[in-house]
Amino acid sequence: MSQLKRTPLYENHVKAGAKIVDFAGFAMPVQYTGIIEEHNTVRNQAGLFDVSHMGEIEIKGKDAGKFIQKLITNNLEKIEPEKVLYSPVCYEDGGTVDDLLVYCHNWEHFWLVVNASNTEKDLDWFNKHLKDEQVTIENISDNIALLALQGPRAQEILQLLTTFDLNEIRPFRFKSIDIAGVDCLVSRTGYTGEDGFEIYLASDKACFIWETLLEKGKGYGLAPIGLGARDTLRFEAGLPLYGHELSPEITPLEAGLGFFVDLKSEHDFIGRKALEEQRAQGIPRKKVGLEMLERGIPREGYPVQKDGKEIGYITSGSPSPTLGKHLGMALIQSSEAEIGNEVEVIIRNRAVKAQIIKTPFYKKEDK
Amino acid sequence: MYPNNLKYSKEHEWVDLESKKIGITHYAQESLGDVVFVELPEVGAEFEVGDSLGVVESVKAVSDVYSPVSGKVTAVNEALLDNPELINQDPYGEGWIVEMEITGGEEDLLSAEEYERLIKEE
Repeated sequence: MSQLKRTPLYENHVKAGAKIVDFAGFAMPVQYTGIIEEHNTVRNQAGLFDVSHMGEIEIKGKDAGKFIQKLITNNLEKIEPEKVLYSPVCYEDGGTVDDLLVYCHNWEHFWLVVNASNTEKDLDWFNKHLKDEQVTIENISDNIALLALQGPRAQEILQLLTTFDLNEIRPFRFKSIDIAGVDCLVSRTGYTGEDGFEIYLASDKACFIWETLLEKGKGYGLAPIGLGARDTLRFEAGLPLYGHELSPEITPLEAGLGFFVDLKSEHDFIGRKALEEQRAQGIPRKKVGLEMLERGIPREGYPVQKDGKEIGYITSGSPSPTLGKHLGMALIQSSEAEIGNEVEVIIRNRAVKAQIIKTPFYKKEDK
Repeated sequence: MYPNNLKYSKEHEWVDLESKKIGITHYAQESLGDVVFVELPEVGAEFEVGDSLGVVESVKAVSDVYSPVSGKVTAVNEALLDNPELINQDPYGEGWIVEMEITGGEEDLLSAEEYERLIKEE
């Protein structure tokens, strides 16, 4: 795996006995002790993820806001300094380039946090659409490490390392604060369906913070978590994963992300026309959740049928460790997308009964 | 990890030529991770060497179980339907998958030593 990129924490993962795989060109830990055990650790206590492979693209300049608004489907007016906004980015035809988080440092300084597999593609896309706006676009991914601390005990653990009152960071807000003597950008965001934080910091400080968190958090049940459990956690929480629920062939409206596509305000953005047309004409396909009624695990790409006729396919599927069921997300004809509808998933040439259920499959209890 | 009394296939199955039981190896279960689902053949089904006789699924992976020998299934381990994790916990014991009346193919199986050499190369 010598040709793979490594995060600053690679040696820590190897030493911890992680199973390492190629993910988006990075040598990443897929599991440490086991996906199910790690999954449950995050649901019940807290887990620490190395997600330094994620891309960070810095947009700076007088026209930064204007430029970003042209790219994203969500309305940038919803944010202000120290706020985070989730948004898809679309092609002219409404297909999805990527989904990302916008961090607003100030009106002339933003970070776009993108999927690792899309970093280069996004950079090309952004540069291609840079016209007369006064902005600079810089890929700062290599300088920045990203740790995700997630789970019901995440705040207690992080609070041990800072005098800053973490209650002041509400969901989708961030602050630049001192964590164990290191300057960090901390947002209350995540990809697990649990409360938690994402911690951005200089790459050369990543090992120190990783080790300090694991040591201080040990008594709270904190453990390192691999990308395998990250996927089952996001899946249960109904969160889309680019390349599965979103792709150049899938619009955010089809993926059920209409809330993040702002067609009400006057802002123009790339793909708006196509998405308006799709909404006016009726969205042809919809993302749904499925629960298997018979034995079998739905997997990505398996066809979904109704009365023997193909109506779509599975985009993600997995056993659900929290719910103890075999669940799938599927993209199917809108006319069949009703909750309770019984369909069949084709597993190794056999039609296996499933039922459409609502997503997210899992929602944390409010405190 | 690889008992000497068993024979092994290149596809990571083991065969006990005395009890006629077949399962997947320690290496296979470890590579798969937590096994969460098993699909078993019908008793009486016949397989040639290399045919898929069943499926083992982990959280992330779907893996065929290839018949290491030719023969007819005489029993299946139904305990795996409710407790697929037996394959992880005890791959050569409680985690056996099928029992077969073997009609051929034993000659191409590997010894424990040969199999260990094979997986070192993987």
